[in-house]
Amino acid sequence: MPKDGGIGASSKRREDVRFLTGAGNYTDDMNMWGQAHVFFLRSDVAHGTLTNVDTSAAAEMPGVVQIFTGADFEEVGSIPCGWQVTDKHGEPMQEPRHPVLAHGKVRHVGEPIAAVVAETLEQARDAAEAISVDIDELPAVVNMKEAVQDGAPKVHDDLTSNLCYDWGFVEENKDAVNKAFDEAAHVTTLELVNNRLVANPMEPRVAIGDYSRAGDEHTLYTTSQNPHVIRLLMGAFVLGIPEHKLRVVSPDVGGGFGTKIFHYQEEAFCTFAAKACNRPVKWTSSRTEAFMSDAHGRDHVTKIELALDADNNFTALRTDTYANMGAYLSTFAPSVPTWLHGTLMAGNYKTPLIYVNVKAVFTNTVPVDAYRGAGRPEASFQLERLVDKAAHELEVDPIALRRQNFITEFPYATPVAVEYDTGDYNATMDKLEEMADLSGFDARRKASEAKGRLRGFGVNCYIEACGIAPSNLVGQLGARAGLYESATVRVNATGGLVVMTGSHSHGQGHETSFAQVVADMIGIDEGMVEIVHGDTSKVPMGMGTYGSRSLAVGGSAMVRATEKIIAKAKKIAAHLMEASEADIELKDGAFSVAGTDKSVAWGDVTLAAYVPHNYPLEDVEPGLEETAFYDPSNFTYPSGAYACEVELDPDTGEVKIERFLAADDFGNVVNPMIVTGQVHGGLAQGIGQALLENCAYDSDGQLLSGSYMDYAMPRASDLPFYEVDHSCQTPCTHNPLGVKGCGEAGAIGSPPAVVNAVLDAMRSGGKDVGHIDMPVTPARVWAAMNG
Amino acid sequence: MTQVKMTVNGKAASGDVEGRTLLSQFLRDDLGLTGTHVGCDTSQCGACVVHVNGEAVKSCTMLAVEAEGAEVATIEGQANADGSLNAIQQAFQDHHGLQCGFCTPGMVMSAAALLKENPKPTEADVRHYLDGNICRCTGYHNIVKAIMAASGQDVSAIAAE
Repeated sequence: MPKDGGIGASSKRREDVRFLTGAGNYTDDMNMWGQAHVFFLRSDVAHGTLTNVDTSAAAEMPGVVQIFTGADFEEVGSIPCGWQVTDKHGEPMQEPRHPVLAHGKVRHVGEPIAAVVAETLEQARDAAEAISVDIDELPAVVNMKEAVQDGAPKVHDDLTSNLCYDWGFVEENKDAVNKAFDEAAHVTTLELVNNRLVANPMEPRVAIGDYSRAGDEHTLYTTSQNPHVIRLLMGAFVLGIPEHKLRVVSPDVGGGFGTKIFHYQEEAFCTFAAKACNRPVKWTSSRTEAFMSDAHGRDHVTKIELALDADNNFTALRTDTYANMGAYLSTFAPSVPTWLHGTLMAGNYKTPLIYVNVKAVFTNTVPVDAYRGAGRPEASFQLERLVDKAAHELEVDPIALRRQNFITEFPYATPVAVEYDTGDYNATMDKLEEMADLSGFDARRKASEAKGRLRGFGVNCYIEACGIAPSNLVGQLGARAGLYESATVRVNATGGLVVMTGSHSHGQGHETSFAQVVADMIGIDEGMVEIVHGDTSKVPMGMGTYGSRSLAVGGSAMVRATEKIIAKAKKIAAHLMEASEADIELKDGAFSVAGTDKSVAWGDVTLAAYVPHNYPLEDVEPGLEETAFYDPSNFTYPSGAYACEVELDPDTGEVKIERFLAADDFGNVVNPMIVTGQVHGGLAQGIGQALLENCAYDSDGQLLSGSYMDYAMPRASDLPFYEVDHSCQTPCTHNPLGVKGCGEAGAIGSPPAVVNAVLDAMRSGGKDVGHIDMPVTPARVWAAMNG
Repeated sequence: MTQVKMTVNGKAASGDVEGRTLLSQFLRDDLGLTGTHVGCDTSQCGACVVHVNGEAVKSCTMLAVEAEGAEVATIEGQANADGSLNAIQQAFQDHHGLQCGFCTPGMVMSAAALLKENPKPTEADVRHYLDGNICRCTGYHNIVKAIMAASGQDVSAIAAE
């Protein structure tokens, strides 16, 4: 029987009502009294020396309040990077200055050069057209391998080269890995591109700076996944504003997918300009600006090799990856191709020896950072394509080869520095095979062939690491932040609760699922629990939402705080019932004394806490409010097995997804409806990467895919109904809820299944091309079929 | 500046606008009807869909002055008279057809227009009709399902939730 409340119930989302009636409160819906609007004049060349920025004519235009250029920010800090990677020689990465407004040089199309603050957005835009900008164009570097050659134009003149870092992992294993390759019975090699993507949350970024002279207080309203992180980075490193004078608010946020983690120049600008202009300053990104200023994702070029022994056991893996950083280091960019990618290269397999090399490269392109999955889709794609290729080279069943090499005993320490606490990869593969109706595939293939189409089936596994932690470990790995989470549970006198969580919800439904957890623990109605997030003035210091961490880390903090509440409430209940605290039980929202019929309601205890007339004041403080900070002892490791069935039209190269199947192990599940929805969304983004999406630059660094006219977002007709299962559950062993995280799985697990299926379809048509790069567009498929 | 008058959600509305002011801007900035969202600048995403004289229109594609005298309906006017969700809105909640909520007003307005012209759409009909509405969160599965459910069709067999 499905539960109708609490943990495990598909409670309908309470936030839906406001979103369905137009009553949401997104940042662009907010307007401050007296606000001015800013328009950023952005570079239309990829690389050049700024010789002159003349704003004199623009300053005389109607409505102009003030115009800012890079010179106004010379005394202001650099947009900071939050992660320092150490290279294979033990040296820190190269880290360039990242100005709020370009100064001296422009380094990518879209970099802001000047900012016009005016009474209206139209006036600001009109005035920006009157700014005269002289740029001496320089040759741009776009291709990563060319960028690291001697004599390549340098993106940053003060760095030694365009190489940010050359990372080897684990460097000490390199010789042993090479030796295993020398001794291998078979080696499979694959070269591939993980295509550059744009996250494209449907709500473009917005920032509103506000300043109160009365209290010397700054407020930034921003579309962020982690307002406290923005407050810390911008306050401490860019603008020099202490946190007690800076409030950051992220109200309803219309999707993030990683790209709203980072601290952006526009946030710092609006905060700075609000004080300089002494009035609120608002910026709303257009979609065109979003394409050239939101951090992009992926963009790896990889060579990967797998060594196998004569019995088809994996003996070693080595990879050589170039990872694009773009022109500047976005907030967490250096961590993505390293600690979020190299550590996942074991995948689901007991490969004993692994060596990962990553060269991070500066180019004259938009900065690249975390996008849904962040490093893990790149790892999963190359590994699962490689294993499939090995199976075909060895003429063995791809599923059987995977099963043969699965890790089956847990905990399992991989050769890439992580320890999987739990999992059951055969169970999710069993479930997948059950869902897939493999025995009926031949008939489906014949039916497709009767229509002149080719049918293909592709499978893959994935493992991911979520809830990155603990803080002391990530600190050693280069993180300049902790990765705990916070929660304050405030119980009101009449029994209702407000939970202030450091996690942030921008589509994940925390207001519903977090309330389910707390309500379940106390045994009260979910409606008695309110979830508050996204305001640094209300919520304790928290790290926000990304990396599928909210329930595993934020939820655990909430559980810990609620446990403290319950412990204190039991003391009060014991006093009210004149019983021993050890005998007090809490069930269904009532406290009772074990073995007796004595009972007091939840509300009686909460009222006593705030009206302490009959109260153990000598032992217990009045009030009922507790805070917990939770720092996990390990990552969590969701895993699963995915399959895709495609139909391919050999005449046009068009690929249609006929079926997509996902069998996931997320550990325990709080709200199955929401979890399934998260998988659906991830699948759409993964299928989008595999078939449709590509962020393209030309060789001069011009962005070719800068709008929805030329960046192929997945539409309803591109996608099928998905078949999703998460009944395989091996609970996480180290957090109180036993949960693992589900937000990124779909995007991590789906691209290899799609490409494996396309290649299978092509093989059935007599064409074995070995590999095809994403996006698998009709043009690419047709060319491969006819090449 | 030009004065425009129209009826929005059954009430008279007017304002002074520039010739270049879009209907979406007028609704959001002048009338404060911020449920109509703007997600792109090429009339692709559909977050701004409203009804003008009963037809689904991308309000970023229409000048405010072009709506002179028109009957405009926005997401704010869709709920039942008692404030409860209408059948389409309720189906979106019941079938988890929204996550971040940003594309949702446009989806609901498009769905209403679809069901008006095609009361029992097939899956393919719904997917085809939504070509001008982009959602980045849901993968469309539950949106398609919700719209079919709102049309009175039994969707329990389509796919698990």
